[in-house]
Amino acid sequence: MESPLLFGISTMAYFIAMMIYFIYLAFRNNPVGIIATSFTILGFISQTFAIALRWKEFAELSGMGFIRSAPLTNLYESLTFFVWCLILGYLIIEFKFKNRSFGAFVTPIAGLVLAFIDLTGVTKEIQPLVPALKSNWLLAHVTMSFIAYAAFAISFSTGIMYLILNTEKKNEPAYIFWTLTFGLFAILILSMGIDFLTFKVKVRPEIFIKSYLFKTSFLHPSATVNIISWLISFAIIFIVWKYGFILKRILIKFGLSADMLDEITYKSIAVGFPIFTLGGLIFGAIWADQAWGVYWSWDPKETWSLITWFIYAFYIHSRFVRGWKGKKAAIVAVIGFMAVIFTYLGVNLLLSGLHSYGSQ
Amino acid sequence: MEKEKSTLIDKIWAFFASVKFAIIIFALIATTSIIGTILEQREDPAKNLQILSRLFSESLAPTLYEIFDKLGFFNMYRSWWFISLLALFALNLIICSLDRLPKIWKLVKEPMLPLPEETLKKFLINREFTIKNTPDNIKFFVSDTLKKSGFKCNEVKEDNGFQFFGQKWNYSRLGVYLTHMSILLILIGALIGIKLGFKGYMEVGEGTVSNTVISGDKVLTLDFLVKCENFETEFYGMSDMPKEYRSWLTIIKDGKEVVKKSITVNDPLTYEGITFYQSSYGIIPNGLGRGIFIFNVVSKDGKSNLLNLRFGDSFQIPGTNLTGRIIDFSPALRYDERGNTFTYTNMMNNPAVLIDFTESGKHKFSGWIFKRHPESWQLPDGNRVEFYNYWGVEYTGLQVRKDPGVWLVYLGCILISIGLFTAFFLSHRRIWVKLIADKQYTRIVIGANTNKNRAAFERKIDMIVSTLSKNKEGAK
Ligand code: HEM
Repeated sequence: MESPLLFGISTMAYFIAMMIYFIYLAFRNNPVGIIATSFTILGFISQTFAIALRWKEFAELSGMGFIRSAPLTNLYESLTFFVWCLILGYLIIEFKFKNRSFGAFVTPIAGLVLAFIDLTGVTKEIQPLVPALKSNWLLAHVTMSFIAYAAFAISFSTGIMYLILNTEKKNEPAYIFWTLTFGLFAILILSMGIDFLTFKVKVRPEIFIKSYLFKTSFLHPSATVNIISWLISFAIIFIVWKYGFILKRILIKFGLSADMLDEITYKSIAVGFPIFTLGGLIFGAIWADQAWGVYWSWDPKETWSLITWFIYAFYIHSRFVRGWKGKKAAIVAVIGFMAVIFTYLGVNLLLSGLHSYGSQ
Repeated sequence: MEKEKSTLIDKIWAFFASVKFAIIIFALIATTSIIGTILEQREDPAKNLQILSRLFSESLAPTLYEIFDKLGFFNMYRSWWFISLLALFALNLIICSLDRLPKIWKLVKEPMLPLPEETLKKFLINREFTIKNTPDNIKFFVSDTLKKSGFKCNEVKEDNGFQFFGQKWNYSRLGVYLTHMSILLILIGALIGIKLGFKGYMEVGEGTVSNTVISGDKVLTLDFLVKCENFETEFYGMSDMPKEYRSWLTIIKDGKEVVKKSITVNDPLTYEGITFYQSSYGIIPNGLGRGIFIFNVVSKDGKSNLLNLRFGDSFQIPGTNLTGRIIDFSPALRYDERGNTFTYTNMMNNPAVLIDFTESGKHKFSGWIFKRHPESWQLPDGNRVEFYNYWGVEYTGLQVRKDPGVWLVYLGCILISIGLFTAFFLSHRRIWVKLIADKQYTRIVIGANTNKNRAAFERKIDMIVSTLSKNKEGAK
């Protein structure tokens, strides 16, 4: 079998699992839950094989030895690895907390990221490594960063569920915060979807969407289109804000306790933070030191990692300040993951820097 | 008066020691850093004007530029206020640690004492059960079980039984402080590097030596020479995708060769605390005259001759009276659609030489010979000119760094990893187990506490309880 086919199978499996998780949530029927879990595991196994195959292929092609050939060298491969860690983390939580309700939240993230890869036309070719990337430190750096990102992604989803469950009034800051977050994500996905539809058809499909990002909406040459895009964005945010409580009603049915959500948020950050510190910041610095002779140069990617680190340090310490448990802490956890996304995608898409890595 | 004064100082101290202050600092560092990544640092003003007019508006940009410039945002990470933020952050860490360490140290070192039954029952984690045996018979089994769970226990004889108590990982309470102190170490290491070290750049041509390093607007002179024996770029197959850059360096001190090493991008050379990193390369301007081209010339009947030639040199194909002369060179030659040649980059991606052949003084033919393309080595009359290599036309660009503080930074990195691991995954656990004789039975009362992750400790205690109650008959 070929690795793209296996990746396709896992994408499908995650989406099917998502739907079955939703059925499970509606009917609370255990056999249904087991089927949902089985699909997730199927997707995971197929993805594991896909990664292994790609690894083998790369090792044979590059002749660089097994370790150096880990398939973690470009955006496509690292996003795939992120999904793999996320699903692994989820399966561990499902097993430990004996609760399947998160499945409905995690599997769509997995499916969406895999679909996003297709959508943006990120190159899937196996590419040879430029000299700066040939380092074992880089491998450790990327692997551990993505394990940490997966842990942070889990804290993001539990954090936002916590906020949904615990907000009462439409004018309270936490409610406004989470509806705004939801709205922004919806707008981003929508506008990138339109970018994709227009440009994949019109312009060269193999080109990365980076240069066209938001050109069909916010950055369109015509002012009318800009204004309409903004108006639609405000409308989306308003609708989410107005009808957000519907989500709360659905969530209540899941039987999740706020304490458990809070605990999972903290625990996944407690796992992610040391791994991120060691793998993301320290190994990244060692690699830069070896390659360029500067362990820290304040380039945008590094600085954004540091910003992310400070936000999570903020989260960890906010628990020691009176009155900062619960909602405020959950907001920080959500912001933390947005910083993660920006560090990984935003810096490459919107800012430029030393790290040519991932810009393909 | 005295009192009021001390309370004010106390208040300031408490503020600087507080976590509240810490999270304010975190927020400030994070938000200002965001601005620093949006605006270009240490770049042409035009670039930032462009960014500002894109973000705001054309008319607002110059005013905003002035404001940001006054505040040092275009060299933000070196501005007085950002450095002050980092200093406050360090001060916060120091004072917070000084404030708390004595208490924590006491908790770590505090000897454990046997406790009365009522106290044990008041612990958040407590268990009570009875087993069918006397305390004397089961005490070894109890202490053994506790030992297997990692608690080396003290044992005291009491009126009607025994009490065991012990703890583990009490030092894990210091993990948080190790983490905090490592951050200070890293900051100190960085400071030492900035104050006592330097960063610079040097270029050394193949076959030449140099000891001058350009560092910012200063020129430094090393007290030894760096010689570049050779520089080479390796490509992936026939593509222009570089696979490896390699320089063969020799360090010459007082006229003696002391170190020889070939460096690549991720493998630098260090001598006397100064490290040389492969950073760039290029063609020496007007350096063609000193370059050497290495050919293997093979005649039709198999006679060959290895030649080192300079630009403009002539050579003879052995056994013939065919003479070749190097008349042109290109670092990266390509043919366009019409078959005309052009140089597509000034890097040594696809080097080629143009050789003009004459026989007995008469022009015979001429053609480009590529290093990468052996098919171009074949001459029309069956002789071959194999282009093996070239040397002496390139320079290697080295990043040069001296950083006497880097080991402190690395030490800090190791310690922070250990510190974070202990802070998050280990907890100080204490357990008291009381065996109380109750006719021919033993009542066991367990009390325990921990500074974090109580659920995990409770599971552990339940395992101990089930081990103890299962083996009641087996104990002698
Ligand atoms: C970015 C730098 C920092 C990092 C990475 C860091 C890391 C940590 C970690 C991992 C913990 C343990 C949290 C837990 O067990 O849940 C902690 C606790 C703590 N930190 Fe920090 N910290 C930093 C800066 C600071 C600063 C500047 C202060 C100054 C007040 C501070 C004060 C504290 C205090 C008081 C605790 C609680 C200790 C306890 O459990 O008694 N931290 N820190």
